[in-house]
Amino acid sequence: MRRIISVLMENEPGALSRVVGLFSQRGYNIESLTVAPTEDATLSRLTLTTVGDDHKIEQITKNLNKLIDVVKLVDLTEGSHIERELLLVKVRATGAQRDEVKRSVDIFRGQIVDVTSNMYTVQVSGTSEKLDAFLQALGEHTIMETVRSGVSGIARGEKVLSI
Amino acid sequence: MELLSGGDMLVRALQDEGVDLIFGYPGGSALHIYDAIFRQKSIKHVLVRHEQGATHAADGYARATGNTGVVLVTSGPGATNAITGIATAYMDSIPMVVISGQVPSEKIGEDAFQETDMVGCSRPIVKHSFLVKKAEDIPAVVKKAFYIAATGRPGPVVIDIPKDVTNPVDRYPYQYPEKLRMRSYTPAGKGHAGQIRKAVALLLSAKRPVIYAGGGVVQGDGSELLTELAQRLNFPVTNTLMGLGAYPGTDKRFLGMLGMHGTFEANTAMHHADVILAVGARFDDRVTNTPNKFCPGAKVIHIDVDPASISKTITADVPIVGTVQSVLGEMLEMLKSSKEMPDQSAIVDWWRQIDDWRERHGLYTAPRYRTDGDMIMPQEVISAVHQITGGDAFVTSDVGQHQMFAAQYYLFDKPRRWINSGGLGTMGFGLPAALGVKMAHPGSEVVCVTGEGSIQMCIQELSTATQYNLPVKILCLNNQALGMVKQWQEMQYEGRLSNSVYEESLPDFIALAEAYGHLGMKIEHRDELHGKLAEAFAIKDRTVFIDVYVDPTEHVYPMQVMPSGSMRDMWLSKTERT
Repeated sequence: MRRIISVLMENEPGALSRVVGLFSQRGYNIESLTVAPTEDATLSRLTLTTVGDDHKIEQITKNLNKLIDVVKLVDLTEGSHIERELLLVKVRATGAQRDEVKRSVDIFRGQIVDVTSNMYTVQVSGTSEKLDAFLQALGEHTIMETVRSGVSGIARGEKVLSI
Repeated sequence: MELLSGGDMLVRALQDEGVDLIFGYPGGSALHIYDAIFRQKSIKHVLVRHEQGATHAADGYARATGNTGVVLVTSGPGATNAITGIATAYMDSIPMVVISGQVPSEKIGEDAFQETDMVGCSRPIVKHSFLVKKAEDIPAVVKKAFYIAATGRPGPVVIDIPKDVTNPVDRYPYQYPEKLRMRSYTPAGKGHAGQIRKAVALLLSAKRPVIYAGGGVVQGDGSELLTELAQRLNFPVTNTLMGLGAYPGTDKRFLGMLGMHGTFEANTAMHHADVILAVGARFDDRVTNTPNKFCPGAKVIHIDVDPASISKTITADVPIVGTVQSVLGEMLEMLKSSKEMPDQSAIVDWWRQIDDWRERHGLYTAPRYRTDGDMIMPQEVISAVHQITGGDAFVTSDVGQHQMFAAQYYLFDKPRRWINSGGLGTMGFGLPAALGVKMAHPGSEVVCVTGEGSIQMCIQELSTATQYNLPVKILCLNNQALGMVKQWQEMQYEGRLSNSVYEESLPDFIALAEAYGHLGMKIEHRDELHGKLAEAFAIKDRTVFIDVYVDPTEHVYPMQVMPSGSMRDMWLSKTERT
């Protein structure tokens, strides 16, 4: 099962490599990873998506917690949560295609953020499934380049991950 | 406030941490630190002959005392040579602080002379590591490093210090922090009271219980409580390779070691147990054999200070995260105040069954090796040394058949007496570890049980023994081959001895020992074994290399059937299987 694990850790050099190293060392998968400082500059928040059964996820969270730099973590998929990923995609758009692409962008509530006479650069955000669906709707032959931010997430309601 | 240079700050912080012994080897990036060591008196530095030796010596010292071992090396090859010893300490959860010099800050990343990314190289095998950016950080980093190394599940911590940070010119105010709080690190303390109550109820309901105790009991100083618990309940106890000595080896409730080369009675009792109390053990693959065949009828109580060790390979029915001391202490309190006892007739039946297993194939009810002929059997060498030393020596070992024979036949009655590389299985560990133990306990008998293969992996430390006058006994069970490799090749590769024999290339160990200024003694015949060993052990002021020629065809038994066997599936001899 796919999980989103959100980690608060010391904003220290090397902290990220310890997390990434743990995953390769113990043979766990990382599907996506994002990290940035929080409003408290001494802390970073890292969000990663991984796949595994309950036993594996338990081991992952235990071993992450064992890292000295990790302050706190939560498996967001255990409760209701909001997840977002940002996609930027360059799409070939000439002639009739231009309207076609524009319609798809509107349907997925994306934005065209850069234009030339031959292409659009489109920004879409949402769940990973939504971004997958958008790319599928565009069709492979029109896509010139894609970049995705990886998943970020936050719990719904008043539950917070903080120290 | 006193002004000190980075180098002096480091040494002062070590003094403030109570360090009195460092094992190390100097080099360019560590020279400021070495100069600071020269200018003080309270910390003794032992110059080893190879950085791997420094880590193993510090490790041996730590295992024998419970204190944190300290290592100092230079950058580049000095640091990478320390890696094997750091990994050894990591696998066995040994508290150690390794200080490595680093190239000057401004040169980091430029592929400078003797530069290596020590924090990166050591990352998977340390509990934590620090790269010190400025001298003012040194006191706090040292304080944190020692705290992290010794608390919770102990382990090695690396402090990498660029050369400019320790330079003697720049001075800073020095103050050693008195207290430490780390928001990201809170080691486990007491266990959950509800879980402990459940565990006690399960123990009281047991009809076929086994206590399975590991290195955590030794490291966590829980032996006395464990012994009291086992004796109060009259439960059988088995120890892992790392746990030997956690329960007295000569007590009648001790079943011997369990696992791959565990005793028939220990492995069979585990397989048939209805309740297993695992304390400070981690269900290593050398213990469980095939996990899905492990102890099919058992409910498992698992006490460990490290939550990640619980339900990693074997799911615990009653997991308890906490220190061995506090959890066992609370269990005993509950048992004492409730005054309840397990079903006595069931326990008596269980003991009758276990005694029957002991009679049939136990290692301690009859010799399970050849007792005729002139060939010396390795098992009887260990038994003889046990007898001569009154079972009270510190025994270090290397890795292989000799290690297993020592584990099986030197029945340790006390914790911290058996010092071996259990998790990583590091050949070359024994001799430097013995030197570390001898530094800690100069008045005690220290024996390094080794083989002619292992001893050559760190033999250079014979020179360290000379320099610091460390009279240890080196007991080489010489079977003229890499015995354990050969055993596997004979059992699983139709006897094709691929690169496990030396083809007449072994050195004359006696002459070699003498070249280093030690005594050498060769024992080749069975009838001279006891006399010569007694003679060797009577020598207290010299290092003695005892080269014992043992039967080269002997295998270690029992040996669990692998792969896909259960705990009770064992070879009992070359021809006999359970």
